[in-house]
Amino acid sequence: MGIIEVKGLAKSYETRSRRKTTRVDAVAGVDLDVAEGEIFGFLGPNGAGKTTTLRMLATLIPPDAGEATIAGANLRSQQAKVREAIGYIAQGGATTDDATAREELVLQARMHGISKAEAQRRAVAALAAFELTEYADRACKTYSGGQRRRVDIAMGIIHRPKVVFLDEPTTGLDPQSRAHMWDEVRRLRSEGMTVFLTTHYLEEADVLCDRVAIIDGGVIVAEGTPDTLKREISGDIVTVGVGEDFAEKAGEVLTGQDYLTEVEVRDGGMLRLAVEDGGTAVPRVMRTLDDAGIATSTVEVHRPTLDDVFLTKTGRSLRES
Amino acid sequence: MKVLHDTWLIFHRNLKLMLRSPLWVVLGVSQPVVFLLLFAPLLKPALATMGAHSQAQAYRIYVPGMLVALALAGGLYAGFDLLRELSSGIVERARVTPVSRLALLLGRALRDVVVLVVQAAIIIVLSLLFGLTVSIPALLIGYGILALITLTSASFSYGVALKIKNPAVLGQLINNVAQPLMLLSGTLLPIALAPLWLRDTANGNPFNWAVTGMRALFTGHPGDPSIWKAFAMLGGLAVITIAWSGRKFAKSVR
Repeated sequence: MGIIEVKGLAKSYETRSRRKTTRVDAVAGVDLDVAEGEIFGFLGPNGAGKTTTLRMLATLIPPDAGEATIAGANLRSQQAKVREAIGYIAQGGATTDDATAREELVLQARMHGISKAEAQRRAVAALAAFELTEYADRACKTYSGGQRRRVDIAMGIIHRPKVVFLDEPTTGLDPQSRAHMWDEVRRLRSEGMTVFLTTHYLEEADVLCDRVAIIDGGVIVAEGTPDTLKREISGDIVTVGVGEDFAEKAGEVLTGQDYLTEVEVRDGGMLRLAVEDGGTAVPRVMRTLDDAGIATSTVEVHRPTLDDVFLTKTGRSLRES
Repeated sequence: MKVLHDTWLIFHRNLKLMLRSPLWVVLGVSQPVVFLLLFAPLLKPALATMGAHSQAQAYRIYVPGMLVALALAGGLYAGFDLLRELSSGIVERARVTPVSRLALLLGRALRDVVVLVVQAAIIIVLSLLFGLTVSIPALLIGYGILALITLTSASFSYGVALKIKNPAVLGQLINNVAQPLMLLSGTLLPIALAPLWLRDTANGNPFNWAVTGMRALFTGHPGDPSIWKAFAMLGGLAVITIAWSGRKFAKSVR
């Protein structure tokens, strides 16, 4: 029994252009099962339906179809209970320029029905936990991006929710702030919260998340731990550089070789080969190309990444989209 | 109970934030003040048809109309502030909590009422210098009318802002609503000068009754039927507008 269970969740929008009205499926039937205490990552390109799914689960927009339970509460019929159980931290943040971090935290707690005295106590504790005490009584507009993001997260968990939704928590942060944010996310989990985050950063999904669902075009195309997903792509990836002029020919020569499971000609005179075992495949690739009179400029063997998983499932690279 | 608690919470926060940039309370009142000063020499001859035989009498007719215009316009433009809050995620942040949706509206609209009370006080004090006289009870009843107007116009503006996210479109729409309403209320020009069909139209306009009622109060006729008519019509309109706008706050905001 997962803490978040989702079945067939769907949402479409009408877009009007001139006289034509078209329906766009933002989310086209998503099933999810997130276990308590997990950091669950929703990986996909912009416009894949990540935010729409998250906003539906956070009770902000009503789904067109499908069912979901969060911490045992039904998303459609028990919205108030869902709201008690969740914290939601939007992508753009939600701090007011002129308000101070302390004021924002107290207000957020009180909107959850927490008494004034208790709200003030929790604000003090949250400020300390997120290393904001020093700036607590300064206006939010004077904060750095990372500090403001920490206020957002502190607000999102001020009522001690069971589940925290984080929409693109590190977008726009510098590498140092990003690493800091990952630590904060791990800390949320260590305090017993389940974290559901969206990201379009491969590394974030790989390093931070216990389990990942890859979404594209409103549909989940793969789901599992980052390691399982990568292992599903059997073998290694070999990238060979032969130059623009020879790429096509090299592709033809290599296609059909029994030790290659996949051959793809990419831009810039590169070939991407999926192989059983990189160590034994490379000499054979080199020899085959040599026999055909094609010189190789670079050869690289790497373990599959989540991008390779994405590429295998959708035919596109996440980096390109 | 929860609605009251949450309304206080939202009201208190919005008032506190506004006090940090009090400039726009002053800016909001600057136009009526300029009107007050520039129009002053014209008032007596212009309002002679309505029985203004002295400068003080002219002010008793002019100032109530201007206060109604101030309440109407001040509330109608409140939606812009909400647009800013929508884009910075503050409304959404409130909507994931169990906070009362009606309180999200009422807390803001009541803040606008407080702003109006301050602005109206500035106008009235200035007018006293020009010879306006008004009794305290009449003034308090007048404030009741103005508060209902602001509640209505601000709630309407918030509801529209939740539907129309584009500030340019919102501005045009608000203008298109405000101008005819002001004319049909006789806020600045007396509706008595208008042809019959225009006066008939104005009779169905609660804000026209508000202006008439306010003028009755300021000219020392607290028993005039236009006063209770103004309260009844404005009260009804306020309830309808708040109900409509409150639903907008409860429904999804993209």
